[in-house]
Amino acid sequence: MAALYESYTLCALADTGPEGTRAIEPDRDRDRVVITESGRAVTVYKVSDQKPLGSWTVKQGQCITSPAVYNPPTKEYVVVTDEKVVRVWKDEDISIEKAFKATVSAEVYRLHSVPDREPLVLFRHGAVRFLDSLLAAPQQTIEEVLSEEEVIRWSAAVQMEQQLVLLFSTEQRGQHCLYVQRFSPNALVKHRLETDSTNSTPLSYAATYRDGNIHLLYLFSSGSVYESVLQARPTVPAVSGTVQALPRSLLLKLPVGEGELTAASALPVDESHIAVVGVPHPLAGAGKDYLCLWNTHFQTLQAARELAGKIYGQLWCFSGKLFVPHGKILSVIPFECQKSSLAAAMGKLKQTSGTNESSGPTLVPTWNALLHSNQTQTQENSRGAGTKKSKMSTRNQSSCPTAEQLAEKIKVGSEKEVQKQVEEFLHGSQPEELQLTAGRLASALVMRCQADPTFYPQAAFTQLVQTNYLCHSGCPDLLVLTLEKNDFRLCQLCLQLFQDIPEAVTCCCLKTILSFQDSELEQVDLEDGLLFMKALTQTAEVSDDGDSGQHNGFCPPVLEEEICDAPPDSEAPGTRPAREPLALDMSCPVGLHKGALLNEVLQVPYSDSLLLPHLKDLNVPQVLLFLQYLRFLYLKYSQDAHSRIPALRKPTVTQIMDWVCLLLDAHFTVLALTPEAKSLLTSLHKFVRSQVKLYSELGKIEGSLEALKKSKQSREIGQYSIEVIELF
Amino acid sequence: MGEFNVHRVRFFDYMPSAIRALAFQPQRERIAVARTDGTVEIFNRADCFFQEKVIPGRQQAATEALAWVGDRLFSAGLNGEIIEYDLDNNKTKYTIDAYGGPIWSITSNKQGTHLAVGCEDGTVKLFEVHEDRIQFERNLAKQKGRIISLSWHPSGSKIVAGMMDVIHIFDTETGQSVQRLLVDRGVGTSRSQECVVWSVVYLSDGTIISGDSAGKVKMWDSRTGTLIKSHQVTKWDVLTLSVSQDETSLAVGTSEGHVVQFQFLSMVLGQEDKEWVRTRTFKNHTHDVRAVLEVNTAIVSGGMDTQFVVRPLLDKIDERGQASALRNIQFPHRRLVSCARKAGLLLFQYPGHLELWRLGESEGNGMFGSVLTVKRKPEKLLHLKIKGEEHICCSAVSPCGGWIAYSTVASFRLYRLHCENNNVSIIKVSKLPKVLSSANQICFSSDSSHLFVASTCSSVHVAILNQSGCKFVCTLKPKSGSGQAINLLAASEDGKWLASANSDHEVQIYNLNKMKPHCTVPVHSSGVSAMAIHPTTNNLFMVHADQQLTEYSVEKKQYTDWSRQVQRHGLHSLWLERDTPVTNVTFNPKNPAHIVLHDMYMFCIIDQTLPLPDQRSQFYNQLTLRSMPEKERKKHSHAFKMCKIFKELLFVELMEDQSLVVVERPLMDITAQLPAPVRQKKFAT
Repeated sequence: MAALYESYTLCALADTGPEGTRAIEPDRDRDRVVITESGRAVTVYKVSDQKPLGSWTVKQGQCITSPAVYNPPTKEYVVVTDEKVVRVWKDEDISIEKAFKATVSAEVYRLHSVPDREPLVLFRHGAVRFLDSLLAAPQQTIEEVLSEEEVIRWSAAVQMEQQLVLLFSTEQRGQHCLYVQRFSPNALVKHRLETDSTNSTPLSYAATYRDGNIHLLYLFSSGSVYESVLQARPTVPAVSGTVQALPRSLLLKLPVGEGELTAASALPVDESHIAVVGVPHPLAGAGKDYLCLWNTHFQTLQAARELAGKIYGQLWCFSGKLFVPHGKILSVIPFECQKSSLAAAMGKLKQTSGTNESSGPTLVPTWNALLHSNQTQTQENSRGAGTKKSKMSTRNQSSCPTAEQLAEKIKVGSEKEVQKQVEEFLHGSQPEELQLTAGRLASALVMRCQADPTFYPQAAFTQLVQTNYLCHSGCPDLLVLTLEKNDFRLCQLCLQLFQDIPEAVTCCCLKTILSFQDSELEQVDLEDGLLFMKALTQTAEVSDDGDSGQHNGFCPPVLEEEICDAPPDSEAPGTRPAREPLALDMSCPVGLHKGALLNEVLQVPYSDSLLLPHLKDLNVPQVLLFLQYLRFLYLKYSQDAHSRIPALRKPTVTQIMDWVCLLLDAHFTVLALTPEAKSLLTSLHKFVRSQVKLYSELGKIEGSLEALKKSKQSREIGQYSIEVIELF
Repeated sequence: MGEFNVHRVRFFDYMPSAIRALAFQPQRERIAVARTDGTVEIFNRADCFFQEKVIPGRQQAATEALAWVGDRLFSAGLNGEIIEYDLDNNKTKYTIDAYGGPIWSITSNKQGTHLAVGCEDGTVKLFEVHEDRIQFERNLAKQKGRIISLSWHPSGSKIVAGMMDVIHIFDTETGQSVQRLLVDRGVGTSRSQECVVWSVVYLSDGTIISGDSAGKVKMWDSRTGTLIKSHQVTKWDVLTLSVSQDETSLAVGTSEGHVVQFQFLSMVLGQEDKEWVRTRTFKNHTHDVRAVLEVNTAIVSGGMDTQFVVRPLLDKIDERGQASALRNIQFPHRRLVSCARKAGLLLFQYPGHLELWRLGESEGNGMFGSVLTVKRKPEKLLHLKIKGEEHICCSAVSPCGGWIAYSTVASFRLYRLHCENNNVSIIKVSKLPKVLSSANQICFSSDSSHLFVASTCSSVHVAILNQSGCKFVCTLKPKSGSGQAINLLAASEDGKWLASANSDHEVQIYNLNKMKPHCTVPVHSSGVSAMAIHPTTNNLFMVHADQQLTEYSVEKKQYTDWSRQVQRHGLHSLWLERDTPVTNVTFNPKNPAHIVLHDMYMFCIIDQTLPLPDQRSQFYNQLTLRSMPEKERKKHSHAFKMCKIFKELLFVELMEDQSLVVVERPLMDITAQLPAPVRQKKFAT
């Protein structure tokens, strides 16, 4: 995000004639600038006070041809007048005339200030000299580097870490080139600037040093902003003869509307933002001049400010402020650019300090803690000698380790020790603390377990999980760890208590459970899940007569009338006559323990589209077994067996049906081809179809049932009635 | 116990009239209620707000205001008359014309010497209160505009009068208006309407509080004539104000049906400077609240929804009991229906006419809860309009169904009724004994041979009825010589005894063979709301307003054992917590141990042979008993068999053929006929 703040006027502008220059150069500190104005005056301003500190003018008839620069080592100002006369003066000098001047032999294009060094002098024909060496011998011969018709359009000096580079661009008959002059050793490299397709000319250039490279940004009159990256040291020596085209990338295509830009300038302000002047605002259209701040990463316009008056296409940026001449004034606009990131664009700022995880969770004070901690403290103080338990608790409190200390101990302690300490910690800590630290401790334990396969403090894990403050994202590997260690009790607890288990892990659990033999699961203590299964399977044995499934005179249609292409279930003769295709009692195809675990999996929250691909990991026997079990559950549920069983957690019919559907979707082709699946699927299909028929019939009489219900409720009494009451 | 066929009657279109004014007499703790049809009712606050007296109204009555002067009650209305009531005999004593046009307000001064009335013509007339009458003294300065409301300063030296758009303060000595306070009209559309100052209150420190039709309660300083504070209480009118005795609490009744309380408190705890702060809002009414009373521990309000609501202020009450419950009195505390048990006829008493109905018949029997088919519908045999403007005070039909009698304050009428084969003929008995000029209560003997008429000074006139007419026998007078009017009369089945109860809580028993007073039942603190003499044992069974049950053996002149047992054992808390009184007691001819009684929300059969319920046992146990097997029931049943199936009961009686008659008047039907309330904007409507 970027913002432009309130602008203020620094100074009034005088009209600049065609030969006059206007430029702003930095002065000795961040708050002072040297402004060269209208080819005649040099003024030093204090930006924050908007006050001129010193002003020098040249005599009539003379004209400043290069903007004045500040020479930091000697604290002097240097300017070139009439292209050949170099004048140097100090702050105390009142008039330029009286100051030092020297005439050089060639025309100077421009002076460039270099931080901590004397300025660079760029001659019209491409030669470069340092000022000191130039002034030591002003009349030295200056070589001509550029060809006759080449005209320098722009130049800049870029200070890299160790090196100084001078860039200047030239134009020759419509062809634009970029020269890179490096010092020590001196090397001049020429690059060709590609033009835009639409015959546009580059309007402005800006060079910045960033991340070890020079980034050159140039704006074409068509509105395209390109960036080229120049390496600090050229890896490939310049091949003489052919001039390489400078590789560039299109950074931003500014909307310019009709026509082309005439006076515009683009300036990079930080690595992802550029300030542009002279380009019409995308919304405002032509006619109004704006200073815009664009974000080049996201190609968005961050801030814009309208500028009154004519735009000269000049823009400078010093120490967080933009200097724009427009109309008759020079405006200074401070700006601020935040680091551009998607998070910032989306409204959430990136965490600046993401690396230090080691500092433990900080406790936010809550009213409860503030109010009640006093109470508990006073209570404990007043308890005095009290009971053994209170002594223990006070002792524990004093010796209770913090989460950090515990995490450290977990890394090194033995299993027994760690379990004991975890238990103590859980016993002694406050619930708010526990919320934050439980996940931390669990992750520490899991990490240790992963590192050390012999270490597995099951009791500690169970206690941590049972605090109800853990979830899957708190310690991601816990569930997988339990599967590895075949700890089904803990697995069951995790399935029950974690609300955010990813579908991949759910399927993993499912696969593991299904792959285990029933006998292997017998030892696991599954508590009430087991009770539910027992009760469910018991009812299967009690209601053994074949008519149990037919209530209210519901008569299933006779088999002959059913249209099904599969032959009826080929069951052993003598068990069930073919008259009853809906065999509503069925024995449980899996062991009770496995059934209990599968029930837990059924109740885990999931989303369909994410679960489906992982379900495909199951192999065919597992799928069949699971389907059989689901069918068993569904049959039991349709007999309402489950409603009579008091159990805290049991899967609902919708969950069972959803899983059946998902399984079928995931293994559709496989099941269609497997012969064993056929009978299972046909019986399931028949049963579901009978249910659907029942509900549709009920739906048909729904209206009359409603009417019956209503008629029973409302009894119009009217004016007179004779009723019978009974008193006991 | 058994099955009963219940005749559920809902064609008694009883319609109460709206409450117009309330007045409180602190010494006797009586509240006088004036209704728009001219009826004045007196409620006894100390006795569970029992309706002790009812003075019937008249046609075209327009009572506007009530005022107590000591023990005397005065009212004034739009017919321009001031009425003083004879509270002993439940009628008006006299009326006096104020000659000022319609009277809007009447108020008495604290000293009890003068009455001031505010009239339509703009005058405040002062009347001097003498022993037996009031006399016009003088007018205060006549103003332009009508005087809507009045209030005396506690010292009696000043009166504040609320008028249209303006409040005047009069000096009672000079009669001149010393101060004029301008009340500004409301904003918006009500700017064009005059602001009516419906109510004013003059506090002893000189503050005047006014409530006006712009919905504002304003506090004025009478000395400087300036407005201290203005509270916008409601969008609609503020109709009535009432300040408590110690002047720290103000009740405001509004047109929305809300009652707002202001209290004189200091804003910062502990500081001295106090001001009137709005504290509570009570929303117990659906229609305009036309009268409020601030009676220290409660706020009493009444209005156009005809309900008389007592809202206790719980910060003044320490313990939970009868005093702390919200009371809502909707039905009168006396019988409006009489029943001819042998003939199966019901007589409905309306203010201006009587209706006689014959009950229908059903065929066959049915299971519990079933509705039997009605073979013959009930039919209205008689619609008897009364002559004259007065409302009916009391009425009765003889048990055989041959005689109907009614009385207004001015006249007494007796009719002979013949019903044969659907022909109904009625003959008025013209020659009546002169003493039978008006009656407070009428009772026929069980064989319809005698007529008992309760008259002035608790005396009862006895007359014989025969083919030729009615002949006066004698007057029974109580020994104590009480002057109060009789509320209830009860005659024994064998014709030997007559019991009368008056509003002094005195119950007299007369020996009809000797025509002399037999004995007086010890005075109970609470008045009798219903009584009857048992047909076989001749025990007088009484139900009091505080829900106590007493049984007095007439022959032995003492309370029966059962009654003592009830007193010792105490009644169940759920019985005592009921807030409507029992208005009718009757017996079962086939089972002497049964007593049938009812109040507004339940009817009950008390079986005296069964044990009384413990405090901890389930009181309403009919459903529990139903679900138990037969053998278990005996162990768990207690004496009170409550039935709450029928609601808003006006009358319950057990007929000769063991069928019950239940006259219901659902409150919904009453509210449906009320005029529309102010339009209130509710969410999503």
